[in-house]
Amino acid sequence: MKTLHVDQFTAGYCPEEAGFTLERYAGEQPRWCKGCGDYAILVALEKLLALKKIPSNQVVCVSGIGCSSRFPYYLKTFGFHGIHGRALPISTGVKLANPKLTVVTVMGDGDCFSIGLGHWMHAVRYNPNLLVLVLDNEIYGLTKQQTSPTTPLGTKTKTTPKGPYIPPLNPLKLIMGATGVSFVAQTATWMPGHVSATLAKGMEHSGLSFIRILQRCPIFSPQAFGQGGKEREGFCFLTHEQGILLEDNLQNMAESLPHDPRDFSAAQALVQQTEDAEKGFTPLGLIFQALNRPSYEEVRFRSISHPSPEEKAELLLDKLKPFEI
Amino acid sequence: MKKLPISQHILEIVSDAGEGAQKAGSIFAQTTAKMGNYLWTVELIPSEIQPPPHTTRSSSGIRIRFGSEPITNGGNLTNLIFVFNEMSLLARLEAHALAEEVIVFIDNQWASDPNPDIVRQYQQILAELSQRGADIYELALSQEVEPFTEDPQKGKNMFVLGVLGFLYQRDIDLLQACAAKAFSHKSAQVLASNRALIQAGYAWGQGQLDFCFSIPLLPHAAPMVTLNGNQALAYGAIAAGFELCSMYPITPASSVAHTLANIFEEFGGMVHQAEDEIAAIGVALGANYAGKPAFTVTSGPGMALKTEFMGLAVITETPLVVVDVQRGGPSTGLPTKIEQGDLLSSLFATPGDAPKVVLAASSIADCFHLMKTARTLAEELRILVILLSDSNLATGMQLFERPAISAISSSPPHAAEMESLPYHWDKLTGVPPRLIPGVSQKVGMTSSLNHSEAGLVRYDSLANEAAHQMRSHKLATLRKCLKPPAVLGEEEGDLLLIGWGSTKGAIAEAVQIARGNGLKVSHLHLVFLNPLPPRLKEIGAGFKKIVVVELNYQDVPGDPYTKDAPRLSQLALLLRSHTLLPIESFARVWGRAFMPQEILTQIEQEILALEAS
Repeated sequence: MKTLHVDQFTAGYCPEEAGFTLERYAGEQPRWCKGCGDYAILVALEKLLALKKIPSNQVVCVSGIGCSSRFPYYLKTFGFHGIHGRALPISTGVKLANPKLTVVTVMGDGDCFSIGLGHWMHAVRYNPNLLVLVLDNEIYGLTKQQTSPTTPLGTKTKTTPKGPYIPPLNPLKLIMGATGVSFVAQTATWMPGHVSATLAKGMEHSGLSFIRILQRCPIFSPQAFGQGGKEREGFCFLTHEQGILLEDNLQNMAESLPHDPRDFSAAQALVQQTEDAEKGFTPLGLIFQALNRPSYEEVRFRSISHPSPEEKAELLLDKLKPFEI
Repeated sequence: MKKLPISQHILEIVSDAGEGAQKAGSIFAQTTAKMGNYLWTVELIPSEIQPPPHTTRSSSGIRIRFGSEPITNGGNLTNLIFVFNEMSLLARLEAHALAEEVIVFIDNQWASDPNPDIVRQYQQILAELSQRGADIYELALSQEVEPFTEDPQKGKNMFVLGVLGFLYQRDIDLLQACAAKAFSHKSAQVLASNRALIQAGYAWGQGQLDFCFSIPLLPHAAPMVTLNGNQALAYGAIAAGFELCSMYPITPASSVAHTLANIFEEFGGMVHQAEDEIAAIGVALGANYAGKPAFTVTSGPGMALKTEFMGLAVITETPLVVVDVQRGGPSTGLPTKIEQGDLLSSLFATPGDAPKVVLAASSIADCFHLMKTARTLAEELRILVILLSDSNLATGMQLFERPAISAISSSPPHAAEMESLPYHWDKLTGVPPRLIPGVSQKVGMTSSLNHSEAGLVRYDSLANEAAHQMRSHKLATLRKCLKPPAVLGEEEGDLLLIGWGSTKGAIAEAVQIARGNGLKVSHLHLVFLNPLPPRLKEIGAGFKKIVVVELNYQDVPGDPYTKDAPRLSQLALLLRSHTLLPIESFARVWGRAFMPQEILTQIEQEILALEAS
C-alpha cells in the first residue's frame, strides 16, 4: 500500500479547473531577499502567461544555478532547476523533444556570461525558440558577493577586494557579434511596465529571444547601474514602432533615442557605444530583431520523416540489408 | 600447387596511414563472411590522420581472424601479414603480434631504395624475421600496380586484396562485388582500375605462388549481418526507438553518430552535434525530460566532462543513456586503443551518492541489443544508464544473427493520473511516476536540489535520507530482477576467472582449452556491473582462487616497490568490496586485447601455484 505524502505546497495543478488568472501560474512562496528585483520579473512573467492564455502544462521554465535560478519553483508550470551554466543545453533539448512547448530559460550573469558563456554563444547560433532571461545584477549573490563577468571596475567584491583587475564583459557587444542572433533586448527591474512589455515582445518572437534584465542585488550590489538610474549609467529608452512601446509613466524616467531594431548595422553601432563606461550609455528596449530566421527545431524537424513503429522496423531491416551475408 | 587445409587464420594487412590497408581488409572480411566463415576484426589505427610516412608510428592496418567455427575474439599471434614497407613490419614485430613462423608478404621496392639507410633497415628487419622462422615473400608491389593506376599509393591495397583473394581461395566475383560496393561513391574510372588491380593481384598469386589455403565454408543456419561495434550501437539505437543522438566528436565514439547522421532522419530521429561534451549530454537530458528518447555517446575525456550532468540525471531521475566507447586513459591517453579503464569512474565519478546502472557490451551483437536494454531500464526505472563499449568493438567487425524487429516504438512510458507527484516514489521499488511536460496534465517541478515527493526543495535530514534511499532502492529493484550469471564450466573448482566487456571471448577460449587439458577452471562473465547480479559470493566460494581478467591497470605483480600494498585492477576492487572474497587480478594496459594464449598461460601459472601451496 502506497502512503501518500503531500507537501505543504503541491506543485500540481489541473488546467481545466481554473481560468487563466495570475494565481494560476503562482507556485511556491518565493524566498528571495526583500527588495530583490526578481519579484518584479516573476510577476511580469505570470501576467504574460495569463495574458497569452498558455496552459501551465505547456510551459517549461528551465534555470541554472543562482538566486535567479530559483525562478521555476515560484511558477506553477513545469519547472527544471538545472546546474550552473547549463540551462541553455537543457532548454534546447526540451525544444528538440517538443517544439510546441513554451520554454522560458532563466539565468543570472554568472550563469550565462561566465560558466555558461560557451553554451550561450552557441544557443544564439542554433536559435531555438526560447525566451531567455538573464537577470544581471553584476555580482554573484547566492555564493555571497564574488566578482561576476559584468562587475564594473571599482566594485569591491570578496574575490577582488580592490575591485576587478580587468574591465567587465559587455554582453550586448558579444551577442550582437554572434552569428544567427535574432532578438536582443534590455530592460531593468525598476521599470516593471517596461519589463512586461519587453517579455511580451520576446515571447512573440520566434527564435532565441535574449533579454538582459538589469537589476540590483539589495544585499551585495545595491549600487549597480547607478543609484537612481539616470546619473551614472545614462539610461536611454529605445523608441520605434517595431520596438518596445513606452507607457506614459516611463517617459520621464530616462532619455529617449529613436532606434530601428530591424536595422542590424544600427544595432551593432548602438551596442558599440555601450562599451565606454565613462560616457555612460545604457539602452533599454529592443536593440535588434531579425524576423523570419528559422528556429533550430524548425530547421531540424523540417527534414525528418514520421514513420509509424511498423514502418520504422521495416525501414531498419531494409537499412541492414547491405550488411547481410 | 599445394592446398594447405586450415580451420582458421589470423591475417594482417598493414600499410602507412592513408594507403588503404583497412579498406582492403574490410572488403576481404565482408567477402569472407558472405562465403560462410566467421570473423573478428581489429583495426590498428594511429592517432594521426597522415603521420610521417615510413615509420613504425605511421603504420595503420587491420587484423582479421576468420575461420569455420564461431569466433569470439581476436585470437593469438598473426599467421600471415601483408606489409607495404618494412617499418610496418617492424611495428608489428615490436608489438609482439607475429607468430614465429609468420608468413610475410612485403613490397620489395625498399630493397633498392636510393637511400642506403632504408635499404639497410629493410634488409636488417627481414633478416631478423627470417631468423625467427618467418617465411618471407617479397614482391614488387609498386611495379605491379603501375600499369593500372596513376597513383600507386592508392592502388596497392587493391592488388593486395587480389593476392589475398587467391591465397585464401576467395570467390573472385564476390570479392569484386564487395569491392565495387565499398567504392560505389567513386568514379567509374576508379572502379575500373580497382577491378583490374584485384584481378592482377589474384593472377599474380596464381602465377607466382606454389601454395594457397583451404578453409571449410559452412553456410550459416540463420540470416546473419556483419557490422562493426559503432554501427551496431547506431542501428541498435534505432531499433531501441531512440530519436535523438546528442554528441560531440571524440575518438573512438564519433562513428556512432556518423552512421546515424546518414539515416536517422528517415526514422524521425536526429543527430545533434553540440558545442561541447557538456552541452551534448545536456541536450540529451533536456530531450528525455520532455519525452523524446535521447542518448549521448562519448569516450573517457567526454565522460569526465559529463560528470556533473550525470549527477543531475541521477537526482532529477531523468531517464538517460550514456554510451562510453572506452579508450586508453587517463586524459588523452591512448585515443585509438582498447582499455577497460572507465569502470570505476562510471560507477563512482559523480560526486555524492549517485546510483546508476552500468552495463558492458562483450560483442557486436551486444552493442546492438543492449541499446534497447539500456533505454528500457532508463525509462522504467527513471535512472541513468551507462553502456560501456570499447575501441576494439567500435571498429571491429563481427557476425551476428540478423535481429528480428516488427515495430519500433519511441513513446516513453509516463503517468497520466491527475494525482501524481513528480517524485511520488513507490516506497518499495523507489520508482516514481513520470510526468512529461506538455503531455501530462499535471505540472511538476524537477530539481537539482534535494527535493520532496512534490519536487520542491527540502534541506532537512529526513527528506535527504529518504530521497537517497528511494534512488538506491531502484538499483535494488533491478538487482532482484537479474539472473545469477551463467558459469562456463563447473560451479566449483580450482580457479574462477571473472571478466566483463569484450575480453569475454578470449577468456572463454582460454578456459575451454584449459578445461580440455584437465584443469579445473571456470569462467564467469558480467554484463551488469552495477548493480552486480546475485549469487556472486556463493559462486566465488566454490573456488580456491578467483582472478579477474581485465584491461586496466594493476600494480605489476612482483614489483618490489609496490608489493607491500599493490593497487588492484578495477573490477577486482569492486568485487572484493562486494563479496569480501580475496579476489586477485590479471590486468594489463597494453593498448590491445588479451590473446587467449596469454590468459591460458596465466591459468596454468595460477593452477601450478595452487598445487604448490
